[in-house]
Amino acid sequence: MYNFEFVKPSSVEEAIAALKEEDAQPLSGGQTLIPTMKQRLNQPSKLVSLLGIAELNGVSAEGSTVTIGGATPHAVVAADASAYPALAALASNIGDPAVRNRGTIGGSLANNDPAACYPAAALASGATIVTNSREIAADDYFQGMFTTALDEGEIITGVKFPVPEAANYQKFEQPASRFALTGVFVAKYADGVRVAVTGASNDGVFRWTEAEEALSGNFSADAISGLTVDASDMISDLHGTAEYRANLVKVLTGRAVAAC
Amino acid sequence: MPKDGIGASTKRREDIRFLTGKGRYTDDINLNGQLYVHFLRADVAHATLNAVDTASAQDMQGVVRIFTAKDFEAVGGLPCGWQVTDKHGNPMQEPKHPIMAEGKIRHVGEIIAAVVADSLEEARDAAEAIVVDYDELPAVIDMKAACADGAPKVHDDLTSNLCYDWGFVEENKAAVDEAFEKAAHVTTLELVNNRLVANPMEPRVAVGDYAPHDDSSTLYTTSQNPHVIRLLMGAFVLGIPEHKLRVVAPDVGGGFGTKIFHYAEEAFCTFAAKQIKRPVKWTSSRSEAFMSDAHGRDHVSKIQIALDADNNFTALRTDTYANMGAYLSTFAPSVPTWLHGVLMAGNYRTPLIYVNVKAVFTNTVPVDAYRGAGRPEATYQLERCIDKCARELGVDPAELRRQNFITPDQFPYATPVAVEYDTGNYHATLDKALELADVTGFDARAAESKKNGKLRGLGIANYIEACGIAPSNLVGQLGARAGLYESATVRVNATGGIVVMTGSHSHGQGHETTFPQVIADMIGIDASQVEIVHGDTANTPMGMGTYGSRSLAVGGSAMVRAAEKVINKAKKIAAHLMEASEGDIELKDGQFTVSGTDKSVAWGDVTLAAYVPHNYPLDQIEPGLEETAFYDPANFTYPSGTYICEVEVDEGTGKVEVLNFTAADDFGNVVNPMIVEGQVHGGVGQGIGQAMLENCAYDADGQLLSASYMDYAMPRASDLPMITVDHSCQTPCTHNPLGVKGCGEAGAIGSPPALVNAVLDALNRNGHAVDHIDMPLSPSRVWTAMNQ
Ligand SMILES: Cc1cc2nc3c(=O)[nH]c(=O)nc-3n(C[C@H](O)[C@H](O)[C@H](O)COP(=O)(O)OP(=O)(O)OC[C@H]3O[C@@H](n4cnc5c(N)ncnc54)[C@H](O)[C@@H]3O)c2cc1C
Repeated sequence: MYNFEFVKPSSVEEAIAALKEEDAQPLSGGQTLIPTMKQRLNQPSKLVSLLGIAELNGVSAEGSTVTIGGATPHAVVAADASAYPALAALASNIGDPAVRNRGTIGGSLANNDPAACYPAAALASGATIVTNSREIAADDYFQGMFTTALDEGEIITGVKFPVPEAANYQKFEQPASRFALTGVFVAKYADGVRVAVTGASNDGVFRWTEAEEALSGNFSADAISGLTVDASDMISDLHGTAEYRANLVKVLTGRAVAAC
Repeated sequence: MPKDGIGASTKRREDIRFLTGKGRYTDDINLNGQLYVHFLRADVAHATLNAVDTASAQDMQGVVRIFTAKDFEAVGGLPCGWQVTDKHGNPMQEPKHPIMAEGKIRHVGEIIAAVVADSLEEARDAAEAIVVDYDELPAVIDMKAACADGAPKVHDDLTSNLCYDWGFVEENKAAVDEAFEKAAHVTTLELVNNRLVANPMEPRVAVGDYAPHDDSSTLYTTSQNPHVIRLLMGAFVLGIPEHKLRVVAPDVGGGFGTKIFHYAEEAFCTFAAKQIKRPVKWTSSRSEAFMSDAHGRDHVSKIQIALDADNNFTALRTDTYANMGAYLSTFAPSVPTWLHGVLMAGNYRTPLIYVNVKAVFTNTVPVDAYRGAGRPEATYQLERCIDKCARELGVDPAELRRQNFITPDQFPYATPVAVEYDTGNYHATLDKALELADVTGFDARAAESKKNGKLRGLGIANYIEACGIAPSNLVGQLGARAGLYESATVRVNATGGIVVMTGSHSHGQGHETTFPQVIADMIGIDASQVEIVHGDTANTPMGMGTYGSRSLAVGGSAMVRAAEKVINKAKKIAAHLMEASEGDIELKDGQFTVSGTDKSVAWGDVTLAAYVPHNYPLDQIEPGLEETAFYDPANFTYPSGTYICEVEVDEGTGKVEVLNFTAADDFGNVVNPMIVEGQVHGGVGQGIGQAMLENCAYDADGQLLSASYMDYAMPRASDLPMITVDHSCQTPCTHNPLGVKGCGEAGAIGSPPALVNAVLDALNRNGHAVDHIDMPLSPSRVWTAMNQ
């Protein structure tokens, strides 16, 4: 690891000011950032910890919206997001206990790993990503593997999830990392069904719109039985071929619907 | 009866220190004035190495000295401990294995330079300032491509990438081919035995130290065999005589074969400490371990079995490409030959066998022995092929095996591949396993699974292995450059306690518990009176270490021989004390008695007399009570068994769940049943890892794709089923004093074919005609096979 400075501000304003320094980077749970620093793949001049900012931590439910602070660990979401059970269940199955106690939703969404779980929940829920300067709709936020709408020095302060009538996340684990080899989040709202897929595509998390249309008319696993998933943009690696991932998208969508 | 003698499931005494964090591992050793080394390793697989410029790095903070290949010009290469002779009678091609890349880079992870600094971070900083000038060459990764005409050569000074082309038994080849022509049925199967990375929990560590006052060197290292490292490193690499070199392997956190070998980092730390006159320490990171620990397996084989019209095996032949990696690791050439070819008879009477092995150099990490070493590869081929054969013939796979078993009355049984099995009863373990696995209830369970949308399958595999390695005169003829005896010194103290100094090394096997159980049984004292010392060349007799399930069979036998000498001498002393004749003395429950009288003298009185020899036959025997024995086994031992596995396959995703696992083993006599059971659990866990999860993969450029736990899947507790272990079928070894055979590798040998057979059974029973899937049976591979 290279040397760096470390600050732990107690307000968003101070954090944003600290992040103005060249090569300063926000640090949340550190579950992604610290390993890359240990490997000397990342050399921030300054780490700005977000964990000292009280308003970024916690889950609140108001009306039909669940709001999660940007620096809320997965374990807290798992325990406190009971107003959105499918989201709590997703959080409870990320990584191992250490990862869940340290890793945060803001870190996960900022990183936008193509195999991460939260991006599927945010996109399928039509969530709103709240930053220090604006609100970004999930549909506009995810812009491909490890790429988001966030600007330099902008931080996620919270995520607003509209609570669906029914939802389920099916995670098929990659056997080594136990990230999602493919994961499908299905959320049923009064105005339609949204289906988001993680782990499968070379373009990162995406919505499977054909399935959404079919399921919005008939919310049953049968509704998608006639659909096919195009394998041409799917990831192919040691753990699964593109065709296999395309199959998983369909199988897991069916299982998620059945489990709703 | 002594407390905790042979047969007691004594809890492992070493676990108290391991489980309370008091183990003393190599990384716990920190010496005064210690420096740290960071190795700059190649990030390309094949390149001409033009120059290594260390000038600016040398001036960086904390740097003490930077070493490159130039510093090792006067030093030998890492020796190979086994020379295989090819089918034409020529010695294998044996390239130099330098400490650091000389002129050429041959695999990702090869050492290019070493920075020794005050701290590890300073060493790493400086390593980034080293400028390496190289020209990349096309990498040789695929073994068959490596053997093609015009393939780029890994070693320019060799004639090709072929290390050897071995035929066994070459004289039988024509007869084998003829039997295939006459066969009523031939089954052919091509398969891959996947490359593995051992991943012991403790990564490798080396600390070199030098004492100017007596010009002696000490190496602390994570080794399974410190004496072997002392001999190889002292005599062949650094030119340090044994009396000036001490090698210590303290607590070692798992070896699985990969800590047998002599590695460049060990020689480096010893060498650098002497040059700098300060201790030098290296602790491997997990990332380094993936690209510098010797890998395991990596065979590509084609096997064929010929049968007559009555389904008797008449002949067998196999062709294997065995990956050596870029250099020959210490025992690499022996694994696909003398630990693989000689096991191709398995548990069967097949009268004619021919084995061909082509060992190939590639631009990958060297490959060497890994738990089972050669025997898993042999067993996997055989047991997969027999299963396929049974399906082709429409016969019960258990019965096809049973029909071809060597029968209990045929022992000792000389196979057509050079070895003689002393004992065994394959029918007994098969029957036992079928019973324990409730095979008769399978159909009902399969119907239940189907209701839940799952495909259920059952797989059987038998195995035989050769362990208790090995008779020195035999292995000498086969090309070993070492003897394979073992040693022990039994030192009895004045007050009767005993210290056994053994050449075996425990790195998870529990010797500190089992070895005392044997002594306790022989003398009739509590096992707590016996202490085991191992792992330090300064205080143990020359021994060959622990691998190949040899510790109890060979090391334990040496200890028994030494203890017998002790007891014989003690009887002389007892006879003197009781004024009786030596022939009438008996030792039982720690008491010497004179048969036919009520005279007795306690063990402790005799041992005291040996060290306070006031009333003592000094004219006949020396004072003291300490004896050493070296034991060279007369034959290998041949554990065997039957493994049964039941799985469910999810048709939608191809995911396999291992539901249960049954292991019925014949290990001969068993000293500590609990430890034996644990060894089988661990072995089966590793076998399931190989069969379902572990996959060490390179891309075409020689980059390691599975270089961390993000992509290399180790088995975790939740991947494993409950394992039923039985070792009640015992045919004791006939040629060692304990009648023991060895249990360390069996689980890893028998389990992969049982699991793969079970998955294929599940598929074929349910309308998916699939002949074979290569390990690991990842969900993607299983689904793809079902949907071809
Ligand atoms: C062993 C292991 C298993 C895992 N398994 C899973 C899994 O199954 N599923 C899954 O989804 N994930 C998994 N993860 C990832 C885990 O969820 C991480 O915690 C998460 O990806 C990053 O969160 P963090 O809080 O640790 O972020 P950090 O590591 O602190 O930061 C990650 C990146 O985001 C930036 N950042 C952090 N917070 C903010 C913010 N509020 N605003 C803007 N930028 C920010 C940082 O600068 C950095 O670039 C696993 C991780 C590990 C180590």
